[in-house]
Amino acid sequence: MTDTAKTVDRTRVARWLQEYGVYVAVVALVLFNIAFTANFLTVGNFRTQLIQAAPVLVVALGMALVIGTEGVDLSVGAVMALSAAIIPLYLGAGTLPAVAIALAAGLAAGALNGVLVAKVGIQPIVATLALLVGGRGLALVLADGQLVQLHDPGFLALGTGEVLGIPVSVLIAAVLAVLMAALVGKTAFGRRLVAIGGNRRASVLAGLPVNRVLIGVYAICGLLAALAGVLSTARLGAGDPADAGLLMELSAITAVVVGGTPLTGGRVRILGTVMGVLLMQLVRATLIKHNLPDSTAQMIQAAIIVGAVYVARERSSR
Amino acid sequence: MTAAPTLAGQDSTRRELMTGVLQKQGAAIALVLMVAVAWLLFPRFGSLDNLRDIALQSSFLAIIALGMTFVIITGGIDLSVGSVYALGGVLAAYGSQWGFLVALLLPLAVCGLIGLINGLLVAKTGMAPFIVTLATLLFARGLLLAITSEGATTYKIPEGEAFVELGRGTLFGFGYPVFIAAALCLIGGLLLRRTRFGQSVFATGGSEQSAKLMGLPVARTKVTVYVMSGVLSGLAGALTAAYLQSGVTVIGVGLELDAISVVVIGGTLLTGGMGTILGTVIGVGIRTVIQNVINQIGTLDSNYQSVVSGAFLLVVVVLQRSLARTTTRR
Repeated sequence: MTDTAKTVDRTRVARWLQEYGVYVAVVALVLFNIAFTANFLTVGNFRTQLIQAAPVLVVALGMALVIGTEGVDLSVGAVMALSAAIIPLYLGAGTLPAVAIALAAGLAAGALNGVLVAKVGIQPIVATLALLVGGRGLALVLADGQLVQLHDPGFLALGTGEVLGIPVSVLIAAVLAVLMAALVGKTAFGRRLVAIGGNRRASVLAGLPVNRVLIGVYAICGLLAALAGVLSTARLGAGDPADAGLLMELSAITAVVVGGTPLTGGRVRILGTVMGVLLMQLVRATLIKHNLPDSTAQMIQAAIIVGAVYVARERSSR
Repeated sequence: MTAAPTLAGQDSTRRELMTGVLQKQGAAIALVLMVAVAWLLFPRFGSLDNLRDIALQSSFLAIIALGMTFVIITGGIDLSVGSVYALGGVLAAYGSQWGFLVALLLPLAVCGLIGLINGLLVAKTGMAPFIVTLATLLFARGLLLAITSEGATTYKIPEGEAFVELGRGTLFGFGYPVFIAAALCLIGGLLLRRTRFGQSVFATGGSEQSAKLMGLPVARTKVTVYVMSGVLSGLAGALTAAYLQSGVTVIGVGLELDAISVVVIGGTLLTGGMGTILGTVIGVGIRTVIQNVINQIGTLDSNYQSVVSGAFLLVVVVLQRSLARTTTRR
């Protein structure tokens, strides 16, 4: 009797933690920083944190959709590098054409991933691995292996400008988060992608346009990755194909999973993803501000990932 | 198949045979073709010196990919191998101040431990291998940075240390790592094909549920393959350190993806349950030959290496997939 009561209690706590753990963690970290970190509660610091988190969030939003379909996109970092290589090539023709071409390349790359996954039936890890391996190489070939300094003020404004005191990249990331939440929650497309992630076979039998939805999801993910590449290139003031988006796939996947979207698909948490990005950003900032060396910071991040996923894992055994 | 069954009988068997051969031996055929073309186009390709280089370069990747093959056949994946490889090298160079045995055993022990953590987390908690090994990728890099005072220290292996011989020594002109890799792959192949453990590896990847019902030690099998992967990556790192005579901190980034792609090119399915060591060895050969050929074309940017490798991987998986379809659709 007491035993069952205890298990019920434990599953209830576990379930609550799964659902709200990431929010609790973010709040706890913010409180910790307010109490123990000098200069945390300053506008400047908040701006820095948000600006650093913006590109990760843009990528993570696309990744959340892909993971929702029980997929994964390893190529997002490489697509960011492609952006970083393409922008300097076309900036001579103006900001708009350069950005448009970079975004189109990302969209095309994503659509290619989607076709490989949906029509050819290749596992997402492998399908996107090919672009990860080749994409950065292609970016380096395009840029001749060089970091290119940019001076176009219109383009650089994307990185440094602000609207109503809010940095442009943060604004873009925030608007995209709202759009994605609406896409997942309010549209047929969103409901279908979640259904496909939950049970692809059943979705096929139910007559859903599975291939079209999958290709769309990967295309959106590629487009957003390219946009993140544009934003980080503008912020850096240089196209750096060697470093842009390095290990971004891992940061994005981590943020999505920590935010409560299971790798097994069938569920997408957009607000959770935002929280996941903020959490990982806050963890990094906290560790740096307390002068912990990079090595320790990395090891602690690893432990946090394992801990967060361990909590989230119990979902599947419900 | 579209043709009428009576007439098509013979035809389709032949076609089936062809696709079967292509599916099984496609990578080997590609490797032979690539070597033949390279031999004809580049006079230097076939020189003994160059072949030695190819063999040596292949050996480090082959040792890592061997462990990865076992992991992938169980239906898992190990993203930590690149970091663990770099960590192994640093630990070997660090340990070499206490002699040969420490230089060899320290990396194997620590890397094996990381593999054990991977294995336990995957097998006992049901967490996705992808995330677990992603975390240990970060962890191993962090540990490496901590050991080398944030990457500022490079440990050299003392002059005349016997450990260097392990990486630099040669037999019949070929480096010791080549023989070590060959021996390990042979043992790995036998282990996979001829032992009870090998059967559990296949069964675990084929269908975990049925493997459990058959009473196979699924959890133990999983833990074992991750430990193997950790130890082998550490060994490859130690051999690299012996060859370079120092523990280089910046190597191994992205190596996990190289290892995964050669395993996939070699015909092992990422869904698990199927795969061969020989295929992986052939995959490693293909990867190294691509690298080597691009280096031979002096005018070609070395960045093309990854472009070609990516394109090749794409072609291989698309072919594998479409061939698999033609054989299952009949």
